[in-house]
Amino acid sequence: MSDDILVDIEDLHFDYDGRPVLQGITMRIPRGKVVAIMGGSGCGKTTLLRCIGGQLRASRGRVRLDRHRLSEMTHAELYGIRRKMGMLFQFGALFTDMSVFDNVAFPIREHTDMSEEMIRDLVLMKLAAVGLRGAHGLMPGELSGGMARRVALARAVALDPMLVMYDEPFTGLDPISLGVIGQLIRKLNDALGATSIMVTHDIQESLLIVDYIYFISAGRIVAEGTPDELRASRDPYVHQFVHAEVDGPVRFDYPAPPLRDDFLGAAHG
Amino acid sequence: MASPAALLRRLGHAMIERIWRLGFAARFLAAILRFSGVSLTRPQLTVREIYFSGVLSLLIISVSGLFVGLVLGLQGFETLQRFGSTEALGILVALSLVRELGPVVAGLLFASRAGSAITAEIGLMKTTEQLKAMDMMAVNPIARVVAPRFWGGVIAMPLLAALFSAMGVLGGWLIGVVFIGVDDGAFWSQMQSGVDFRYDIVNGVIKSFVFGIAVSLIAVFEGYDCQPTAEGVSRAITRTVVTSALAILALDFVLTSFMFRGSS
Amino acid sequence: MNRATIDLWVGIFVAIGIGSLLFLALKVGNLSSSRLSNTYTLEARFDNIGGLKVRGPVKSAGVLVGRIADIHFDPENYEAVVTMSVDGRYHFPRDTIAAIYTAGLLGEQFIGLEFGGDETMLKPDETIRKTQSAVVLEKLIGQFLFNKAAEGEGAN
Repeated sequence: MSDDILVDIEDLHFDYDGRPVLQGITMRIPRGKVVAIMGGSGCGKTTLLRCIGGQLRASRGRVRLDRHRLSEMTHAELYGIRRKMGMLFQFGALFTDMSVFDNVAFPIREHTDMSEEMIRDLVLMKLAAVGLRGAHGLMPGELSGGMARRVALARAVALDPMLVMYDEPFTGLDPISLGVIGQLIRKLNDALGATSIMVTHDIQESLLIVDYIYFISAGRIVAEGTPDELRASRDPYVHQFVHAEVDGPVRFDYPAPPLRDDFLGAAHG
Repeated sequence: MASPAALLRRLGHAMIERIWRLGFAARFLAAILRFSGVSLTRPQLTVREIYFSGVLSLLIISVSGLFVGLVLGLQGFETLQRFGSTEALGILVALSLVRELGPVVAGLLFASRAGSAITAEIGLMKTTEQLKAMDMMAVNPIARVVAPRFWGGVIAMPLLAALFSAMGVLGGWLIGVVFIGVDDGAFWSQMQSGVDFRYDIVNGVIKSFVFGIAVSLIAVFEGYDCQPTAEGVSRAITRTVVTSALAILALDFVLTSFMFRGSS
Repeated sequence: MNRATIDLWVGIFVAIGIGSLLFLALKVGNLSSSRLSNTYTLEARFDNIGGLKVRGPVKSAGVLVGRIADIHFDPENYEAVVTMSVDGRYHFPRDTIAAIYTAGLLGEQFIGLEFGGDETMLKPDETIRKTQSAVVLEKLIGQFLFNKAAEGEGAN
């Protein structure tokens, strides 16, 4: 196996309460790339991200991160490798009882013995990278959704991680903030020399910034490719997603008994 | 209308659910103890939580203590007068407070003032994924968030109960001696001869310490275990107050029957 | 809220809490006054101790000189054995009488030590020979009624 694969997933299965969520995912994510995992709501893509972060353990198959097998790690080893990971949660998950500055400083203070002066310089630098150096004194409650997401991004990259994970980074943002976050993800990834995995269903924004896209449906990878390949793809699933069609392989209707049974059955009953 | 069988099944299900949660809570306590190192090496974290659960409860505890003492003074005087032994007012007020009312009422107030706040805070942190974010940053949320709140509560509670009892005794003195005119010397000397340090005061402190552990554990557990929704947090807060109240009263009975059996 | 302010408030809080504990221990409880230091034990046997309780007071001339440490029943002599811990500053003659009294009509019962004139003093762990049991109200009333009845018979 070559050295430039950072995340190596092989035949990953995950069951939740006996219900299969992931059914045989295999993917290789090379270092330095920005990769998007896409799919409709409830297709298992967030579960996949959790498996990569070690928050969930695979029922079958394996996840290798930087050539370490996650399933064989002890709690301490897992925490060791998580120091080299950053994660941006869906709504930022900023600590509401700390200021913006303290939020970004949190991982640095917890994991290093840096002096307060060095922490200050580092935090302001990270905040400047997301354009919010002036907001360091604010509390999370005083920030807009887009700003909170950027602060969380600064916190996720505070320790210069080798892998940054994004859970739905675009949810609930206006088009301008959305573009800003998208550009930041790309810029920070290249500046840090990190690898990014992004779970999202925002196809248009992703096509602009990522190197590779996986499509997941019902716990399986149904399509993959570079943005250009996918734009040209004739795969009905990809076509539906890229062009945002209401009906296609992904049904508009929730599975239900035939109309006749429901209505006539009610009339009889 | 549910059939008897369905009702029985639901009852059994609820019982199993309770027992399951009890086991989970016990495991949770073990985890708190295991990850309490951070609370010791970084006392600043615990001090902060003593501030939130202790200092912010000062006012309600001292005012309630004073009022309970005033009522005890009035009622006690009323009753003792019939037997012509109003000078025993001091011992009546002091024993009621130190043995029972101080730990129990302070515990109930502590559960509704500080316990509910702890549950709300941890529940909200869970709902907004702050706990998960912390875990992903390789910071153990039980060590960083739960344990300091637990120890803060455990430390604050006996001090609050002592304050409650002290304020209550002052309240009883205020009513009995200052307003009604019971003899000041008799009030204090009867109290001192009747209240034993080892048997009454130390046992009262032990009680409040046990209640502090129970309430703090229930509060952090309900917060950590809540459904991560707005409704889930509000339900968890209610459960904290209700379960704490039940736990305090039940533990009070158990402890009292151990401590004061045959000793007086 | 900055760190120094929180520290200050928590300091005040802990001081108030400990202050309350001290108040309870010293002013409300008996830690200051009747904590007996350097006690020695004396024993006394009674036919009937009435409502005497462990931790009850031991008084001499009305002054508290000790506390009752233990009460148990001696199955051989059918007697109650009361152990007292007495303040080490006080010593009593060998012919001291230990009597059980009641404070007021309904008050608590205590042991009163009434000293005699013996030259030698009681040593620690010695037994007080002369005792006077508790007055049992029912017996007293019964005796009174019996006497009355006897008087009535005598008059007839």
